[in-house]
Amino acid sequence: MLIRKAALKFRLYGGKVIDPHNQLEGNFDILVENGKIARVTPTGSTPKAPPESGVENIDVSGKIVVPGLIDMHVHLREPGFEYKETIQTGSRAAAAGGFSSICCMPNTNPVNDSSSVTEYILNKAETGGWVNVFPIGAISKGLRGESLAEIGELKEAGVVAISDDGNPVMNSNLMRRALEYAKVFDLPVIPHCEDKDLSGEGLINEGFISTITGLPGIPAAAEAVMVARDIALAELTGWRLHIAHVSTAGAVRFIREAKARGVAVTAEATPHHFSLTEEAVKDYDTNTKVNPPLRSGKDLDAVKEGLNDGTIDVIASDHAPQSSVEKELEFESAENGIIGLETELSLSLKLVADGILSLSDVIAKLTINPARILRLPKGTLSEGADADISVIDLEQSWLVDPSKFNSKSRNTPFNHWELKGRAVMTIVGGKIVMRDGVIQE
Amino acid sequence: MIWQRKHILGMRDLEAEEINLILETAESFKEISTRTIKKVPTMRGKTVVNLFFEPSTRTRTSFEIAAKRLSADTINFTVSASSVSKGETLIDTARNIEAMNPDIIVTRHSAGGAPYLLSKYVNSSIINAGDGAHEHPSQALLDMLTVKEQKGKLKGLKLAIIGDISHSRVARSNIFGFTKMGVEVRVAGPATLIPVDIEKMGVGVFYRIEQAIEEADIIMMLRIQMERQKGQLFPTLREYSRFYSLDLKRLKLAKEDVTIMHPGPINRGIEISPEVADGPYSVILNQVTNGVAVRMALLYLLAGGGDLD
Repeated sequence: MLIRKAALKFRLYGGKVIDPHNQLEGNFDILVENGKIARVTPTGSTPKAPPESGVENIDVSGKIVVPGLIDMHVHLREPGFEYKETIQTGSRAAAAGGFSSICCMPNTNPVNDSSSVTEYILNKAETGGWVNVFPIGAISKGLRGESLAEIGELKEAGVVAISDDGNPVMNSNLMRRALEYAKVFDLPVIPHCEDKDLSGEGLINEGFISTITGLPGIPAAAEAVMVARDIALAELTGWRLHIAHVSTAGAVRFIREAKARGVAVTAEATPHHFSLTEEAVKDYDTNTKVNPPLRSGKDLDAVKEGLNDGTIDVIASDHAPQSSVEKELEFESAENGIIGLETELSLSLKLVADGILSLSDVIAKLTINPARILRLPKGTLSEGADADISVIDLEQSWLVDPSKFNSKSRNTPFNHWELKGRAVMTIVGGKIVMRDGVIQE
Repeated sequence: MIWQRKHILGMRDLEAEEINLILETAESFKEISTRTIKKVPTMRGKTVVNLFFEPSTRTRTSFEIAAKRLSADTINFTVSASSVSKGETLIDTARNIEAMNPDIIVTRHSAGGAPYLLSKYVNSSIINAGDGAHEHPSQALLDMLTVKEQKGKLKGLKLAIIGDISHSRVARSNIFGFTKMGVEVRVAGPATLIPVDIEKMGVGVFYRIEQAIEEADIIMMLRIQMERQKGQLFPTLREYSRFYSLDLKRLKLAKEDVTIMHPGPINRGIEISPEVADGPYSVILNQVTNGVAVRMALLYLLAGGGDLD
């Protein structure tokens, strides 16, 4: 961590605490000491610390206080693509967005398929990062889908899951072996579910918009087919599967059914998949180009329903920075990807306003649920836990302006959106890294 | 009405009254092409750049003749793969051309949506002369002009478009255009070549040519391209021809005075039999003549109108 001026000991008082892990919802004061949560007490039950005690009293009344948010699906682009994002800029964007922990995908250059790359990432995060960074290792060497990466050594080096994100493991037998092998090292497997033969040269969702734009389509079935396969393999191997960025009604249905049968499957959805449909693509804005693509209204409704009934456990951004070099191009030549860390919380809070989720459910999907899936000792305000805390102002309205992003990249389709609710403080290990929207240099 | 649109990106955007204005303007331009001196000074001092990223002789020539008959200066800028391989982006290429202050850029590109991208980065008016499988608006307009001449109207007619609808920008533009003008449009082809949800564009969908052309006033045959597919969309040209070619026997299902159109170039004996292609129903050459008139109209309107003498 960068050395920052921060109170060693402080008390957040007057806020409304929502901690789904401890089923805590109410007005509590939180005392932070030595980087840990020292005490959580009902507001008013303990007096304000006197100035000479060295305890800073921070007034968060009217705000929501939650465990530090976790985004389990982020691309930090380092090593190899530092012009798009670095561990420092990406983690800074996370801090700005209210996230105290992020997990970074292995599609860097070199790929994170060896302990040395994992160590490099952890070292960079340690010395220049703003939040906790948990690397995700590769399933296969070079993400080529041919042979297993050194998964055991990756685990020892510190990865919290394995994924060939972006490159679906087309070989079903390799996927089966990956699940079996990952079981030995207690690592969940995170597939990007897409049948590459079905998606073919597809660029956007196959539907009315692909028909009128003449852009080749990716049928929803390309996702559902692979979700079904991977669920079958999770059953075969008895191991834990976490489906990345669910975008289709078919996938939601398969996951729901598998969960009902007790299969160890969990799933995530991104804000862009629950906020936008293929309609956004019709004028060829490359900032709407993403994989899986923005889908139909029916798919969007199914994803929301999946979030609502618990089929989808986690909200994750799939923050995928791309520079203008990759986006200011013909649609077919542009890269996929949408950045999300700085809009994720606000778009998720919109689910509360729209009556899809309770506030507590949204927080759970951004805290304890990903923590449980990845077995991170995070996502909680339990006494003794790391003092990772986010403070949210539900009333703050703001206009998305990508030029103000902390991320190095600007590729968002939410430019000019007016959003309500925003993180106003991010605390990582007892250090305040963001306060009132300002990164604490 | 007064023309206000800056770009012609697709028929999707155009309103019926704009289409009418283009067609009426084109009709008035047809006469110029029959004069001994086929030129009016309307666009003197204006510059039209034909910026083609895809090989095209017929469309480019048609735009070039159209511009020259209006006295505009025309420059053909054909961007070969070499410029792309040097790493210059579409935006950089367009900005380079923009620096020479053209009034109108006519562009063709293999990527759907490329004219949209250009229109965001340059000040000139953009005319889409074909982008990927998206649109080819001037082709649709010349088709509409041809039909209007043949039938004296558009509203209430039945048009059947047969063939590879999925990969056809001509089909998309014609569907948008003709449906806006009150024409009943049907499409037919093997299900593998009919894009999903196309009925939402307001067309009837058929898988048999016989059903689609029944009582049709106009039949538009699309070029079938074997190289587009690797045996996964239809088995062979032979089989395609057997089920989807327009021959004299099938033609009897259509109206007696049916008009046959083809955006060209035609595959004789594959999507259309030679007897039909050369028969009295075919207006393929009228389409070419009308192409010049329609493109003159587009250039004229985008350049801000002016005197016609």
